Amino acid sequence: MTEAAKTVATGRAIPDRLQSRTTRALHSWETILLVVAVLVFVINSFASPYFLNAWNLSDATFNFTEKAMIAFAMAMLIIAGEIDLSVASIIALVSTAMGLAMQAGAGVPVLVGVGLATGLFCGAVNGLLVAGMGLPSIVVTIGTMSLFRGISYIVLGDKAFTGYPDGFDFFGQGYVWWVFSFELALFAVLALVFWTLLHRTNFGRAVYAIGNNATAAQFSGIRVARVRFTLFLLTGLTSGIAAICLTSRLGSTRPSIATGFELEVVTMVVLGGVSILGGSGTIPGVVLAALIMGMVTFGFGLLNVPGIVMSIFLGLLLIGVIAVPRLIRGR
Amino acid sequence: MKPVLSLRGISKSFPGVKALQGVQLDLYPGQVTALIGENGAGKSTIVKVLTGIYQPEEGSIEIDGTPIRFASAQDASRAGVTAIHQETVLFDELSVAENIWLGHAPRTRFGLIDRRAMRTGATRLLASIGATLNPDLRLGDLGIASKHLVAIARALSTEARVVILDEPTAALSHKEIHELYDLVETLKRQGKAILFISHKFDEVFRIAERYTVFRDGQFVGEGAMSAVTEGELVQMMVGRSVDQIFPPRSHNIGPPVLTVAGYCHPTEFADIGFTLHRGEILGFYGLVGAGRSEVMQALCGITTPSKGAVRIDGEVRVIRSTHEAIAAGIVYVPEDRGRQGAIRGLPIFQNVTLPSLARTSRNGFLRLAEEFRLARDYTRRLDLRASSLDQELGLLSGGNQQKVVIAKWLATKPRVIILDEPTKGIDIGSKAAVHEFMAELAAEGLAVIMVSSEIPEVLGMSDRVIVMREGRIIDEVAGDRMTPETLVRAAAGIAEAA
Repeated sequence: MTEAAKTVATGRAIPDRLQSRTTRALHSWETILLVVAVLVFVINSFASPYFLNAWNLSDATFNFTEKAMIAFAMAMLIIAGEIDLSVASIIALVSTAMGLAMQAGAGVPVLVGVGLATGLFCGAVNGLLVAGMGLPSIVVTIGTMSLFRGISYIVLGDKAFTGYPDGFDFFGQGYVWWVFSFELALFAVLALVFWTLLHRTNFGRAVYAIGNNATAAQFSGIRVARVRFTLFLLTGLTSGIAAICLTSRLGSTRPSIATGFELEVVTMVVLGGVSILGGSGTIPGVVLAALIMGMVTFGFGLLNVPGIVMSIFLGLLLIGVIAVPRLIRGR
Repeated sequence: MKPVLSLRGISKSFPGVKALQGVQLDLYPGQVTALIGENGAGKSTIVKVLTGIYQPEEGSIEIDGTPIRFASAQDASRAGVTAIHQETVLFDELSVAENIWLGHAPRTRFGLIDRRAMRTGATRLLASIGATLNPDLRLGDLGIASKHLVAIARALSTEARVVILDEPTAALSHKEIHELYDLVETLKRQGKAILFISHKFDEVFRIAERYTVFRDGQFVGEGAMSAVTEGELVQMMVGRSVDQIFPPRSHNIGPPVLTVAGYCHPTEFADIGFTLHRGEILGFYGLVGAGRSEVMQALCGITTPSKGAVRIDGEVRVIRSTHEAIAAGIVYVPEDRGRQGAIRGLPIFQNVTLPSLARTSRNGFLRLAEEFRLARDYTRRLDLRASSLDQELGLLSGGNQQKVVIAKWLATKPRVIILDEPTKGIDIGSKAAVHEFMAELAAEGLAVIMVSSEIPEVLGMSDRVIVMREGRIIDEVAGDRMTPETLVRAAAGIAEAA
């Protein structure tokens, strides 16, 4: 406190911010991630001659775009202090529903509609159980994780749906311009949409408030249950979108589709700097985490590193980026 | 007499703040030393230094004249320093005995916990402070006063020689406070050196032998309580003379704003009815657990009443959520600031604007410039002290957090504001600011309800006082009947003296 502040008894002026935007940006988690991303990129470029090729890089984006679409919604959900572990199973159920619609002779617009509606429906089931009945989200979504994929197995057994109509392949295999795929474009658009939603709207502010202190948020007139329900709808919807892209890319539906996606999505979110306890995190962080995970997977693929080593590396990376700043801060 | 514990030249800083600058403190055996200071004077910091949670950058700590360093909380505890905090850290799911011995339980020969020794030890410790609690009871089933006894027994179980009581009476009722005074006497007789931190002057004068005053992280003075007056202490604390009496009120009471009739709740309260007028401060007095907060929370849509009607400006309003309460113009500043009021992880300005986002935003999109403007206006009115509006709320002291919480509610431009224990656990300077502010609000035509357990505050601030006991309104007191005796008797259910 300055001498002046001590003597003035009332109405002292408090500055809005002490640090400039640049200073804050430089000290942020996103900066660390950006450095890691650049490092991974540079190392990859030296490690393999095939890395720095526009078409190769474009192909590489497919290994994260679908997960990242879900990760944006998951980030908001985790910031609000909840989690949805059923997202991969929603993909399976959505894909199965689209397969059934296809067999009934549905065209591309109807398939997309069925996909989005099924995703929203699954999200609504989770949302009702968590926000409506007050059940813990981790338990509810572990339950629906088995439930949704289980339905898919009952419908399909060991069979698969194939023969999606012409035009449906655009979502997973089409390009909007040059090397930029539809999926990559959608990833960018969704990143922007979710960035706006989380960082620029009242809804996003409510998400942070709930994640920090749900009781105080409720006392402050935030409609906590409604926000939570909406967040589950969003993970359901983005899972539906991801399911459309993935089904289109694979050209078929099997009940084992997208197995294990949920943990990769959560990894992406946590790597992106979202606190697993809720309350903090940003969309740019998740975007960078998606890029890092994509590049690491691709780089290792080029070097013929076995998949298991890749997951060991990603695991270490996750623990590393979470632990190192904490060690530096001394706590 | 020689001090048991003596601090000299202690300094401790945090980024941007010098929390302590070369302060000193002496604690004597069998004596209570009151530590007095405003918000941010460094009281909590010195407690953390004493208990080994913070390590000072400079200065020495001596016990019985021998220099010592507390590298950790364990070191401090081994050296015989123990603290009982305002919000006591105990475990509801464990038994009384387990709470007392947690971390240093007696062991059997095989290294397992010796439950029998634990139980007899607990009984002995509780008996030494005059408590007869069953050590096997689950702590969560006890009242707050009994929990305090357990906390004190726990403190004594480490063979403490220095006991720090950090605002021990903040959550206690009148009777429980008296029991605590007796307890302090017991500890004195046992020769413990006691550091007593409290914002209540009557308390300090009643039980302390010595005082030490801090201001803005610096040592201001110390001495015997018998050689100082309340006015002198206040002068030392604030460095200027503060009008200790309550602010003058303009008793300009307008038409009714809020009318409550036949208000009931299945378990918490029954048959509540009252009228609140424009420009009025209506006090709600009662013992802890009388159902006052529960009535207020129902009015604000946090809980649902089973029966009854609420009218605002004569119009019946059904309030089922806080959202609807805010829309109807009723807001509630909760008692439990940490859990229900403050969102510590968010910046100050975001806390202020949270219930007003509909006003500061456009089509659901945030407008930061508007938010900062709103936050600036209201925090300035409340004389907030912070380094910036973007500062995390949790970094402010209790009094300043409370100012932010009040600012948050005023920013919604309410018709009725309900303040639940608005000055609980905050320093005298902030307290005066809150009181002054309440008077100002009433003068501006706001209808104010103040729930308070502090009699001077209730009497000093209210136009009328409603006394509650066991979920019902027992008495309504105004004019000449507004005396401490009337309130205490009504609240405790003692017939008025003839």
